[in-house]
This record gives sequence, structure tokens and C-alpha cells, in this order.
Amino acid sequence: MSVTLTKSKPGALEEVPLIKGNQTFRSITEKISEITERKTALTWVLLFSLAASVALLFFAQIGYLFWEGIGIWGLQNPVGWGWAIVNFVFWVGIGHAGTLISAVLFLFRQKWRTSINRFAEAMTIFAVIVALVFPGIHVGRVWVAYFMFPLPNQMQMWPNFRSPLLWDIFAVGTYFTVSLMFWYTGLIPDLATLRDRAKTRLRKITMGILALGWRGGNKQWKHYEMAYLLLAGLSTPLVLSVHSVVSTDFATSIIPGWHTTIFPPYFVAGAIFSGFAMVLTLAIIARKAYGLENIITIQHFEKMNKIIMVTGMMVGYAYGMEFFIAWYSGNEYEKFAFINRAFGPYAWAYWIMITCNVLIPQLYWSKKMRTSVPVMFTISIFVNIGMWFERFVITVTSLANDYLPSSWDYYSPTIFDIGLLIGSFGLFFSLFLLFIRFLPMISMAEVKGVLPQADPHHYEGEAHHG
Amino acid sequence: MVKQKPEGMIAEFENPAALLRAAEKMRAAGFSSFDCHSPFPIHGMDRAMGEKRSPLGWIVAVVAFLGFSAGMGLEWWSSSVAYPLVISGKPFFSYQAFGPVAFAVMVLSSALTALIGMLALNKLPLFNHPVFNSDNFRRATDDAFFISILADDPKYDEQATRNFLSEIGGQNIEQLLETTEMKEGA
Repeated sequence: MSVTLTKSKPGALEEVPLIKGNQTFRSITEKISEITERKTALTWVLLFSLAASVALLFFAQIGYLFWEGIGIWGLQNPVGWGWAIVNFVFWVGIGHAGTLISAVLFLFRQKWRTSINRFAEAMTIFAVIVALVFPGIHVGRVWVAYFMFPLPNQMQMWPNFRSPLLWDIFAVGTYFTVSLMFWYTGLIPDLATLRDRAKTRLRKITMGILALGWRGGNKQWKHYEMAYLLLAGLSTPLVLSVHSVVSTDFATSIIPGWHTTIFPPYFVAGAIFSGFAMVLTLAIIARKAYGLENIITIQHFEKMNKIIMVTGMMVGYAYGMEFFIAWYSGNEYEKFAFINRAFGPYAWAYWIMITCNVLIPQLYWSKKMRTSVPVMFTISIFVNIGMWFERFVITVTSLANDYLPSSWDYYSPTIFDIGLLIGSFGLFFSLFLLFIRFLPMISMAEVKGVLPQADPHHYEGEAHHG
Repeated sequence: MVKQKPEGMIAEFENPAALLRAAEKMRAAGFSSFDCHSPFPIHGMDRAMGEKRSPLGWIVAVVAFLGFSAGMGLEWWSSSVAYPLVISGKPFFSYQAFGPVAFAVMVLSSALTALIGMLALNKLPLFNHPVFNSDNFRRATDDAFFISILADDPKYDEQATRNFLSEIGGQNIEQLLETTEMKEGA
């Protein structure tokens, strides 16, 4: 029909550049280092004061919790697990996107990850720090929290290694440590850049120590690249294993609605889904605030939106499959648990979850929606809300209406439950603001490595091949 | 009084391709104690310099095996020897349930080895190195490409090396000098 067809060759699609604006190695260094070197902006000070105040509120409430006990929360029979667990699972889940971007996409040679991996990894670390607070304070008697670790003690007791709660300590503890090491390994060459640009004595000394004397010699890069590959390889199973272990906290119990084999993959998909939404929320703000439009392009966002859409549909499939299995199992309690989720006292929470996680991301079928910054910002917030509610629905509905109707009750949070959730965001944003102020938020060495002029073949036309 | 001791030489190259070609020539000329510095790793440089593959993978593989064994060993010993207790009617050595912890110990020990091993193989942290005596070398972490030769190279000779670097396209050739301030009367 169309004559223009003759002009385009199939398979000759033009490659969209990863980094825009004809960047040079120098311009990348300038753009990213300058953010950490300039004078502190007033907006940053105001935002940090706000975040730090909320974080202070978080610690104050934890202090009161230690003094008074976990009775200050809305927990009662039969709901013995409330918002603390919901918040824990929510924050651990957020972290998974960072590891997926830094490790899995590295192994799959997705070069576009270089623009976003640094702060996605930072987000992982801060989210896991916040997550780890919750089980820590939930134990009630924090002074005996060391019971959880396999430490020789005067009672000659050892932990029960068959318990998923213990697996959790190892899984999340390992996850945090490995993420931190991976992040630091990636930072070393960039810290050396900051060291070499440092003007003040304080900066020279701190950056000098942190960069460990990096010289960028190929004899160093050789081991460095191997270490990076190994850390990526070691982090990749963690993307799948950590949230699988978290899901076994629920799945190995016999509570209707929890005792299902779909939980590990379902939790992992949900974790990546929520994590990408959080990366997107943060990236949109940082990109705008620091003018990074050429480095974090709309193509990056579109790719992330596609992942959000895919994982969102996986989560939607899991919601549907849970219902199917509840019916197919023929188990009365299981059936009741799910009908009760959708139409019982917590139906409002269930439908918030479905709307935010399953319905709203369907807008991404349209390329226009996938590439519109205001739309994706709004959707990312909805996904964050929806994924918090997912954990709320799983935790609370199954406990509130379990076997015996005489023991049922309706769980409501107290002011301290709500305060700790808000406070946790304060801690998260305080750490994140410190990061973007003092460390390079985009990996300079890796972005330079994906520029066309980084490839020796780029120069072939002008040199010996002639 | 100031005492200066020559420690080596650096030369700057225009771009990654020039550095790669220069590295091949350095190797062909028989230099051994030289390195190619760039702000990012350059594809093909290991082969150009004749570098062997990093042994880090094997080191981490051994530690991964030991880490898994140590994790499983701790679980076996603590639940069947030190503190045997029947829980949910499961055997003392419930290896199926011990998987996640042994796996976590394996990953943790391997990752620690990857980072610490990389630093050890690179002899880092090392805060003082001849190349840091050059002000121009600061650009090696920004947008410049350098070859450095240390004076301990058997082929190192001040004039001949300088000529050779210039021949293979090196610019801003600079001798690295260690400057020591001598106190009066010392």
C-alpha cells in the first residue's frame, strides 16, 4: 500500500543512543562530580531537615516502644503480626529492584543499566536498613535479640535452624552486606575521580581514603572487573532467594491464605514490581532536580515501565491463581480465607491493592503513557501504595479471621503503628538525601564505558585501518 | 635541601584505541613493569598487554565451597551434637531445612572474598605510588589515557624509554620523581 516501505530495510532500525547530548568523557565527569562539589542548595537543606525530623520521630517512637513494650501497637489476638511485619516486607521488597538492576541486568549485558544502577543500589541499601529495623524492634525484648544469632552462650542453647524466621536473619543480613560491598566496589573508581578533583584538604583526605589509592591501571581493572562480575553473579541468586525466604515466614505456617507454594515466586515478582516503582519515583525527582535528562533518558524510563508492567501482571496472575487454588483444593478454610479477603471486613484494602497493582499499570500498554513523566510518576506512587496494601492484606486478613469465629477480631492500627511507618520514610529519605549530596549518584566510570568513543573500534576509520 | 629520585615515567595517549596500540608495542618491545591507565576498563586491553586472566574466580569458588560446608556444618553440629532437640518431629539433621542458611553463609563468604581478594590482588589500599607525583596524572580518572613504566623494569632507561614512548605516540611524557625533603644537618 505504502510507497515509503521500499525505503526502510528490515533489521536496519536505528539504534537509539543510551546517553544523549554528544557527551564526552570530560562532560560526564563534570556533570556528575559537580553535584557533589557545589555548595549545598537551600532546597536540599530544607528537604533534609524535614526528612531528618521525621527520622527523629521514628527513633523517638522506637525509644518509647522499648520503654513501654509492643502493647503500644494495635496487635491483639488473633492478629499477632501487624504493621511491623507489613513494613518489613514492604521495605525489603523495595530493595530488590536495585539488585536486579545492578546484578541481573549486568549479567544480561543491559548497558542501559549504567545510568541508574548506582542510585538503585543505594536505594536497596537504605531500604534494607529501614527494613531491618522492624524485626529488630518487633521482638519486644530487644536486649535478648542476640538469641537470634548462633552465638555460644551461657545457656548452651542454639537457634532452631529449621525456622524460616532464622533463615530470614541470614538471608536479609547477607543481602544487606553483599549489597553494601557491591555498591562500594562500584564506587571505588568514582571516588578516585572525586579524589583527583578535590580542592580542599578535607575532601582530599576523605576521598583519598575512600578511594583506597585506585590508579585505574589495567592491571587493577582486570581484578576489579572479575570481582564485579563475581559480585553480580553472587547477588543474582539473592534477588530470588531473599524474598523467597521472606515469603516462607508465611508459607511454612498452616494459616489459611498463607500456606501456599506460590508464595516465593509471587513475592519475588511483587518485590521487583514495587522496587522498580520506587526507583522510578526517586529517579524522576533526582533527574529533574539535577538536570540529568541527557544521562537518564526517557528510554531508560520506558524500559523500567515495561518491567513494572510485566511484574505487575505476574502479581495479578498470582492474585488470580490464589483464588483458583483455594477453590480447586476443596479446602473449606482456604476457600473462606480468599472470599473473605475480597468481600470480608478488609475488602476495602483488597480492592485498593487490585486497583493499584493490577488495573492502573495496564495504562502502560500505551507508549504515550509509558513515556510521559507525569503519568509514570503518578503510577509509581500508586504501585508503592498498592504493594504496601498487598502485604497488609496478606498479613492481616488471614490472621483476623482464622479458624474459630469466636476468636475473630478486627485489627486497627494505633497512632504508633502509623507513626512508625511515616518515620521509616523519614529515615529512608534522610539517608538518600545524604547520598545524593555527597556521593556520585550515577556511575561515571560505567557511563563512560558505554559511550561510543570508549570502544577502541570507534576510531578505526581514522587510524591504521584507513 | 631537596633530594629527587627517579621512579618511572608516564606518557599520555589520545584515546582508547591509541592506548591499546601503544600497549601492544610496549609488550612487543619487552617491557614488563608497565600499566595502562584509563578512566574505565578498555575492551581488549588484557590481550594487548598480555595479561593473564584474574585468578579471583577460582579463589572465590574455593571459598564458596568452604562457606557452604561451614554453614551446613554449624547447623549439623548445633542441632545434632551441641543442642539436640526434636522439633516438629523432624530429624536432628534436617538438611532440607538447613539449605537457606548454608546458602546465605556461602554467598556472604564468597562476596567478602571477592571484594577483599580484589583489593589484595591489586595491593590496595596503597596511598602512595610514583604515578601520584604527576599532576597531569589526575586526569587518568577523568578523560585521559596513560602508560606508566616503573624504574624497576629491567628495560627501563631514562633516555631510551622516553624516546620509545614518544615514538609510539605518547605525549606529555613526564618523569616521575620522588621528592624527599632533607632536613639541614641530617
